[in-house]
Amino acid sequence: MVNAYTQVCVRIDLTTGTIKKEVLSEEFCKKYIGGYGFITKILWDESPVGIDPFDPRNPFIVAIGPFPGTIVPTSSKYAVGAKSPLSGRIGFGISSGSVGAQMRRAGYDMLIFTGKSPEPVFLFFDDDSIQLIPCKDTVWGKDTWETEEEIRNMFGDHRIAVMACGQAGEKLCKLACITNDRARQVGRSGMGAVMGSKNLKALAFRGTKSIQIAKPKEFIVKAKELIQLANGKDTIKYRDIGTPINMMVFNEIGVLPVKNFQTGYWDKADDISGETMREKWVVKKTGCSQCPIACDHLAGTKPDDPDWPNVVSSIDFESLYALGSVCLVNHFPALIKAIELCDRYGIDTMSGGTTIGWAMEAYEKGLITKKMLGDNPVYKKGLNWGDYHAMVQFVEDMCLRQTEAGDLCADGSRDAARKVGHNAERFSMEIKGLGIPGYELKGLTTASIGFAVSVRGACHLRSGSYGFDMKKKFDRRKYDELDKRGKALMGMENYLAVIDSLVVCKFTRGIYHRGIPEVAEVYEMVTGIPMSGDELEMAGTRIHDLAKCFNIRECRNEGIEPETEDTLPWRNFNEPNTDGPTKGWFNDEKGFREAIKQYYLAHDWDEHGIPTEKALKERGLEFVVGKL
Amino acid sequence: MATKSENSMKDKKILHKILVVDPRRCTGCEICESVCSFFHNEEFNPLNSRINRIRIEPIINNTFSCLSCYDPDCIKACQLLALSKDPETGLIRVDTNICDGCGACVRNCPFGAININVKERKAVVCDLCESTDEGEPQCVEYCPKGAIFVEEIDPEINEERFETLARILKRGFPDPEPGDIFN
Repeated sequence: MVNAYTQVCVRIDLTTGTIKKEVLSEEFCKKYIGGYGFITKILWDESPVGIDPFDPRNPFIVAIGPFPGTIVPTSSKYAVGAKSPLSGRIGFGISSGSVGAQMRRAGYDMLIFTGKSPEPVFLFFDDDSIQLIPCKDTVWGKDTWETEEEIRNMFGDHRIAVMACGQAGEKLCKLACITNDRARQVGRSGMGAVMGSKNLKALAFRGTKSIQIAKPKEFIVKAKELIQLANGKDTIKYRDIGTPINMMVFNEIGVLPVKNFQTGYWDKADDISGETMREKWVVKKTGCSQCPIACDHLAGTKPDDPDWPNVVSSIDFESLYALGSVCLVNHFPALIKAIELCDRYGIDTMSGGTTIGWAMEAYEKGLITKKMLGDNPVYKKGLNWGDYHAMVQFVEDMCLRQTEAGDLCADGSRDAARKVGHNAERFSMEIKGLGIPGYELKGLTTASIGFAVSVRGACHLRSGSYGFDMKKKFDRRKYDELDKRGKALMGMENYLAVIDSLVVCKFTRGIYHRGIPEVAEVYEMVTGIPMSGDELEMAGTRIHDLAKCFNIRECRNEGIEPETEDTLPWRNFNEPNTDGPTKGWFNDEKGFREAIKQYYLAHDWDEHGIPTEKALKERGLEFVVGKL
Repeated sequence: MATKSENSMKDKKILHKILVVDPRRCTGCEICESVCSFFHNEEFNPLNSRINRIRIEPIINNTFSCLSCYDPDCIKACQLLALSKDPETGLIRVDTNICDGCGACVRNCPFGAININVKERKAVVCDLCESTDEGEPQCVEYCPKGAIFVEEIDPEINEERFETLARILKRGFPDPEPGDIFN
């Protein structure tokens, strides 16, 4: 008997409103674990090759792993996937809060949506009852916070978990995210827009079922140990100042993205640093369901703030660098407000911020004109670096597609740059369409490889590649020891594929001191499915390889060689940093290409990054052979 | 702060233990609920928990459990007389042979501190883990932020319960150890 997993998958055809339940076999659960793994397999099997991400046939998937509802630290997480409108490649994202646990208690492991509803709807999963509820007159057109509150009020239950897209998702803004529990987002790769394209406003969950686990006596002791570790030194960074501590650390070594990634150092970084935030702006730290860390730093503006009084939003480093240093905005209340708007209207703060950075540079170069910004008086002086009033307004313009410039940028910097032409792509700081996270890659060679090869586009979470540079495992300026770097990245990618499939939070990746074998033990205690460390590691390898294969299949269908997409923006190779400790640094293109090749080989793929038949068979991916 | 006269009164009275949560430390992680249900039923379900978290957006987190009222509304509400109050410990006892899960106690508790076990359909209320193998409150044990305390209160000051509650929340909590992290 399988514990924890409910083995229930629900297929919802939104066009016809038909709902079908399916059983997930034990073998499927073991092979693909959950979350990212489930999503990748379903996308490979069921996403028609070359489909437009907004086509009703593009499956939209929500999946959880074995742990939600138990007290495994940070277990209440869920993953969302679909072909990404932003990158045209595999798209998925992970969020936490209460959704994962409530979905499990309601009795579901995976939900697969296809079709497009004839009218706006949201779904309510109330234990075994699944209701499609038309919402044109209720929550459609409302922001994510209002939607969440209104749905909870509708059923008179504050425990209902709600994941919703905002107005940005409804308007198919490709930067759109999904918000739940106010401060938690499936931010990246435009999943909110896929919801919007299906006329699907929100999913709500209420579960009353209990969760039993296979070995309760052993588990409860182990869980206590893990909870203590998760509240110990391994996670102190996230609890104390939080991720914004990166601001000053990065600035000091010249890897903080500044002025749309023109350089890696900013003399005003301290105005928006973690230390400043703790001293002046944090009002409370809260946690997601079943999380001992509580990294969520809620920051509030003062009651007498002249522009935005009494605004509270959740601040992370990635939001701060994107809307802050990339746009040269050092006014903290403006960042609190901009992040609140992103969360409520529903766009990814990272892709949003890097797109505004691009827009500011495009304005400077005359590619975006004053006329395109509209007649709002806030743009009296235009959209200039550091103009925080304009930045906040521009967030709204993008989310709501209100002005010509806002509409242009709502689909991210890559689409916008292609539209305006004039080599604007050269300073569009994204990889595969996804805005680059808060790491100036000209000063971080290992990270430059890790970000470039990431399956969902520029992403620091696929391999934690920056860690090797920051901890000085490798020389962060040179492309050397390529064999070792490739292997290191490969190992981390496969490990994090397991973490993303389980799904637990990356902030607890360090509490399993014995690594994957220890994770496998916990998996076995909870589910009762026999699992060894090697098997779990192989599952990670399998999942990551399959995601890569999905991208290869899409590339080839479009006539693109997949390896040409694993690259960096033009600026990284051609415009050295202008300032600070990494002044004059840039990415050496030749070294970079060689490093990519070594990385492919480390995965046991060929030198163009195509998994070999032997590797595919070894990893249980026979069904891919001949389909690439 | 307790005054001198209050202290001298305490000597004569039986004090009842209850769980009190420091809202500064509480992050709303719900681990207390999960642990509570697990130690009583060996499965995870916050609805079966004797401690309940509340969140008032955007920044307030807290939990409630039985406050050991002087003249409990839950007992008065029970037509079957399944509930009683232990005079020594102040704990509310549920006679599971009698309780039929009607929920009158739940509706009458002003603090939402009593629940109905969704499977067994019996009332559940904090027993400070007396009925578990551990015998000590496990939420206190597992709370990662050390936010839950066992406090002794004088049940007789409970006539005005909301006032009492306010007093409990205002009485202050021990300051954190150096190096403790919370807001």
